[in-house]
Amino acid sequence: MERAEIAAHIPRLRRYARALAGDSHRADDLVQDTLERALTKFHLWRHGSDLRAWMFTIMHNVFINQLKARRELALDEAVEDGLQSAPQSDPLELRDLDTALRRLPVEQREVLLLVGLEQLSYAEASQALGVPVGTVMSRLSRGRERLRAVMSGTATVTSLKVVK
Amino acid sequence: MSNLTETDLHAYADGQLDDSRRVQVQAHLAHDPAATESVRVWREQNEALRALYNPVLNEPVPQRLLAARAPRRRWPPFALAAGAMGLSFALGWVSQSYRTDRFVEAAALPRRAAVAYAVYAPEVRHPVEVGADQQDHLVKWLSKRLGHDLKAPVLTQQGFELVGGRLLPGGEGPVAQFMYQDARGQRITLYVSLRDAEPRDTAFRFSQEGKIAVFYWIDGKLGYALSGEMDRASLLAVATVVYRQLNP
Repeated sequence: MERAEIAAHIPRLRRYARALAGDSHRADDLVQDTLERALTKFHLWRHGSDLRAWMFTIMHNVFINQLKARRELALDEAVEDGLQSAPQSDPLELRDLDTALRRLPVEQREVLLLVGLEQLSYAEASQALGVPVGTVMSRLSRGRERLRAVMSGTATVTSLKVVK
Repeated sequence: MSNLTETDLHAYADGQLDDSRRVQVQAHLAHDPAATESVRVWREQNEALRALYNPVLNEPVPQRLLAARAPRRRWPPFALAAGAMGLSFALGWVSQSYRTDRFVEAAALPRRAAVAYAVYAPEVRHPVEVGADQQDHLVKWLSKRLGHDLKAPVLTQQGFELVGGRLLPGGEGPVAQFMYQDARGQRITLYVSLRDAEPRDTAFRFSQEGKIAVFYWIDGKLGYALSGEMDRASLLAVATVVYRQLNP
């Protein structure tokens, strides 16, 4: 029964993972790890609470752990904003939205996708990411501004990879 | 409206405002072109994201995701940590497991245990032959009948109290069944059979027999199967405790 309940969420988890991770193979790896973890920890889920929000929480944790394992975590927002680099030249087409998302810090990308793509309420996004609603709002604001800048070609291009 | 915040604008763009607030924001936007432009861009971003990624919803789900299970790879580390079982044994099990007779024996154990669970766990008046009030006698008696020293694990910390036990006919002779119950009346059984075959050890294995989940393993001359109508992870937690108590 738990498998069926969890399986019902696979298409939406895949959509979110694709937007979050970009590459479709990597995205499905993320979904698979999320499903395995959800099945292992299913007894921790409180019946009656939102299973989908819980699965997003798990996916968030799995994703962050994967990034850490690959030593590929977006820079802290404050640090990232302070970076100076050459302005990007051409505006991006809509089809380049996927590329543009990669240029957002992970924290901003997650909020932008949970709210804009998955249409979670701010409270649900706050729960899924384990941060206060105020933090969700500031990340959303910065993420949207940055996406606009990247898409219009006015953003500074910074590498989001940190190799420790 | 003087108290309009950026959060209100985002919530307006995302359709997360209640009616009265939405009307207020709308009125404000009528004479704030910059805010109107922001809202337009944000909505466009949302729509673009959905347009780009919604097709994923209609893709066939890859088989590997439909077949996703709680990972088995968690067990070997535990098996190694348990001390009694070393790497050599783990490798031994892998090579042995390809032998058909091993498979047959391994498959019969969880099935028999699940059947015994299904027969006795729902029993209201006579779930056991000998109750936990005579625990010493119960363990001595079953040990004597199986011809091997048995122990009844203590699962109090996991919320399960011993109800008692009974003797059952198994495939290779007598079998012992210990029954436990938690505060909600949920029952689990530990099925212990003496094996004819040469002594060996295996890692935990899992079998879902209808509604009944079974973790089973072989430890020397004894085959163990812990059965319950509960999810796999919770049962694994109990099985781990059982194993540790039997292999201190």
